[in-house]
Amino acid sequence: MKEGFNEAMKNGLKKWRFLPLVAAMAFILSGCGEPFLSTLQPAGEVAQKQFNLMMLSVAIMVLVIIVVSIVYVIAITKFRRSKLGEDFIPKQVEGSHRLEVIWTVIPIILLLILAVPTVALTFELGDQSGAEAEDEEGNREALVVDVRANLYWWEFSYPDQGIVTAQELVVPTDQNVYFNVIASDVKHSFWIPAVGGKIDTNVDNMNKFYLSFDSERAEEANNLFYGKCAELCGPSHALMDFKVKTMGEEDFNQWVTAMQEAGEAEQQFESDTVADGYAVFEDQGCIGCHAINPTQQIGTSTGPNLTTFGEREHVAGILDNKDSEEVQAENIKNWIRNSPDLKPGNKMPVYNQDDLSDEDLDALTEFLMSLKVNNE
Amino acid sequence: MSTVAEKRGFLAVLWDYLTTVDHKKIAILYLVSGGFFFLVGGIEAMLIRIQLAVPDNDFVSAGLYNELLTMHGTTMIFLAAMPLLFAFMNAVVPLQIGARDVAFPFLNSLGFWLFFFGGIFLNLSWFLGGAPDAGWTSYASLSIASDGHGIDFYVLGLQISGAGTLIAGINFLVTIINMRAPGMTYMRMPLFTWSTFVASALILFAFPPLTVGLFLMLFERMFGANFFNVAMGGNTIIWEHLFWIFGHPEVYILILPAFGIFSDIISTFSKKRLFGYAAMVFATVLIGFLGFMVWAHHMFTTGLGPTANAIFAVATMAIAVPTGVKIFNWLLTMWGGSIRFTTPMLYAVAFIPSFVAGGVTGVMLASAPADYQYHDSYFVVAHFHYVIIGGVVLGLLAGTHFYWPKMFGTMLNETLGKITFWLFLIGFHGTFFIQHFLGLMGMPRRIWKYLPNQGLDLFNMISTIGAFFMAVAVIVLIANVIITQVKNVRVGNDPWGDGRTLEWAISSPPPYYNFKQLPLVRGLDPLWIEKMEGRTEMTPAEPLGDIHMPNNSFIPFVMSLGLFIAAFGAMYQVDWRASDGAEYVWSIPVLIIGMLITIGSMAVRSMKDDHGYHIHKEDLMDDHDKGGRE
Repeated sequence: MKEGFNEAMKNGLKKWRFLPLVAAMAFILSGCGEPFLSTLQPAGEVAQKQFNLMMLSVAIMVLVIIVVSIVYVIAITKFRRSKLGEDFIPKQVEGSHRLEVIWTVIPIILLLILAVPTVALTFELGDQSGAEAEDEEGNREALVVDVRANLYWWEFSYPDQGIVTAQELVVPTDQNVYFNVIASDVKHSFWIPAVGGKIDTNVDNMNKFYLSFDSERAEEANNLFYGKCAELCGPSHALMDFKVKTMGEEDFNQWVTAMQEAGEAEQQFESDTVADGYAVFEDQGCIGCHAINPTQQIGTSTGPNLTTFGEREHVAGILDNKDSEEVQAENIKNWIRNSPDLKPGNKMPVYNQDDLSDEDLDALTEFLMSLKVNNE
Repeated sequence: MSTVAEKRGFLAVLWDYLTTVDHKKIAILYLVSGGFFFLVGGIEAMLIRIQLAVPDNDFVSAGLYNELLTMHGTTMIFLAAMPLLFAFMNAVVPLQIGARDVAFPFLNSLGFWLFFFGGIFLNLSWFLGGAPDAGWTSYASLSIASDGHGIDFYVLGLQISGAGTLIAGINFLVTIINMRAPGMTYMRMPLFTWSTFVASALILFAFPPLTVGLFLMLFERMFGANFFNVAMGGNTIIWEHLFWIFGHPEVYILILPAFGIFSDIISTFSKKRLFGYAAMVFATVLIGFLGFMVWAHHMFTTGLGPTANAIFAVATMAIAVPTGVKIFNWLLTMWGGSIRFTTPMLYAVAFIPSFVAGGVTGVMLASAPADYQYHDSYFVVAHFHYVIIGGVVLGLLAGTHFYWPKMFGTMLNETLGKITFWLFLIGFHGTFFIQHFLGLMGMPRRIWKYLPNQGLDLFNMISTIGAFFMAVAVIVLIANVIITQVKNVRVGNDPWGDGRTLEWAISSPPPYYNFKQLPLVRGLDPLWIEKMEGRTEMTPAEPLGDIHMPNNSFIPFVMSLGLFIAAFGAMYQVDWRASDGAEYVWSIPVLIIGMLITIGSMAVRSMKDDHGYHIHKEDLMDDHDKGGRE
């Protein structure tokens, strides 16, 4: 019996040759999914380190599976009763101390190989000291974003810059961005799969973590990543998507400046329809929940801030505008009329024909589409 | 109670089952009701998979989907897997240790009826305004925000059935400690008995935290206690801890008995003593112990901080060691044996690689920083279905085929059994293997729908097709059961021919007193030892004498029914108070009446002496082990 086992062990060791296979597998895996969503196409340092740890664990686990499979296949082919005959009485072996020690010690070693980088990376990713670093003038060096999760929408505010946006997180590439996350109603979880693991947005306390966005990989994803809510939060948990726009540091600084200026600028309307739309926006009380100024209602609004609404790629995080103004207008109207069907359980009131005439809706849509900060 | 089998009317049989305290009949009650809930949970699973077959599907609504996923998980864990395991524990463990019944037959019945009424109560939510919708984990912030009575059904239903589970666990502990036949030392107990013993100890320590959590939730929902209301100084994370301090050991409560079933099956059909028996026992105990040290790995992303995450990551990895020991000992049990591929053995053989796959992804999940990616994605869904289906459900299906003759005296059809096996195995891997990748590709779990153009369409379709294979497999199994019971071909003591343990030494099904004379156990696999010495029966350890038996009792049923009634009152008194006493005026009286029924029946049980009865020696001598349950 032992002979057979040793033979199997030898075969198992030969399978170290399969390590290139594991590397190949990692390569194949990385073809899985879309670059804007898949954890297998890591687009930042955090995701990359997590991916590397995954691949290390996969390699160890594949090794275990191969050894088990070999012993297994030999056992169930060699020791069939149909081959051995009904009368064969196997030797009633009690066990083997040597073997028990072997298959206790080897797994422990394998687990240590995995445990050491696991612990190291746990502390590395848990290190938030970068968020505190200050330059000579006492200004914070790193970018900090406060994330507030709400029933089916996300608010992103930039405390040091004094601005706020929603549904579309805007971040600079190639630097650590520090996030403070919290939920304002029920627990959600903040996840940008391609850029790094998730962290829960608790209702009790603020959680902190950081991510970084790699410029090259971001380009492959057209500088737009998909973000998800990863904690069951109600009927529209599945639709609580957000998007992440990435840009170089310079562009980002320009965006921040544009936002800050928009906060101070007087409301100006490009056409009469837009002005009419603004009147509808005020009359219908939209403005009660949706600020259109990037410096107002930070951390307190009950609906997404709409300052950059006209520039967003999606309406409500789910209706794709496909870079077309017609589609965008359709999406906006569809959302205002049918929001309970599009996102069941969301907090926005319904506006049917009686509440809001088609003409008013057209004007409102025009106005909403004009909400931009980057319109040079 | 008659010792003679006779034809009886349906009502008489029904009454017998309502009042029985016989572990073999309670096993059948558990099997039938657990099987029923398994079908209910399975239908819920199919609806989930149909909804996710194509992107942006509107087959079920968002709210209904959340109810389905909640009830699927809750039903499968609490109302299907656990009772089905209790079915086999009840049917087999007393026989394996050479006992005439469990230590507390009355409590055994009470445990079953509490589970049963709790399960019915929970499922009535479908017809009474909506099922719970906050996931089987029922995390506090979402569950206290949930409208309607769904979460109340969850809390009250699980509280009642949880009490039943706790009672059953204590009963098995006492039984295994006290009721072993002469010579049946701890280190001669079959692995299924050992794993039942350890699982029962886990129940004893794991269910109280759940009870505490459920009581906090109950007070929160019914009386506005604010334990979880952050605005009032409450804390929701405490629910996560309480739930997982129960929830993680619960996984081992499920898997350890399945390990036990497989250990016995592999040893039986390899015609070989279990390799490394002592190591197997030690590994079982160690897994049980470590199971309590790892709950926070379900909370890596909650924000406990790197120190806690690192500790729980390493502790979790440690569990892989005793589990690995078990896998290799099973392999080496088969090694050098004489393997016969009966249906139960096919399940056992398929279990090993399936469970290894679930186990290694468990280690991957233990790696905390990588878990930040896996957590709450379909990767986790794939992992725990590999563990629960690849481990527990395969174990239950194996046990169904293996112990069916001992429970019913008939043999399930082997051909149909193998058809079920292959369909189920293919369907299981087809459904869940691909879900690992869905998770890694960025699909969060518990989502009602996914939008197109995210690269998730094809794999979800494959997964749904796999689910249909499993559904067909279960239908074939049901057909098998019906055909077998209609044909009713009776079998002898040891229908598999390879039986090694005590349950195969007596008739199938055993007489209601089990062993006419308690057997003398001379080592591990006592029947095998006798067989090797040319005997077909066990040597008795005592002379033939009177046997003391417990009387049947209707009290456990009534006691549980009282709590079931009271639960309605407790739930609707919230509406009564909300309406300032205008509506639901019946709620408080119903609560009181229900509690009075329960307390009254407890009083009757305490006041009235019930000494049971004796089967006399003379009657036993006439009774030539005819068997039969009547």
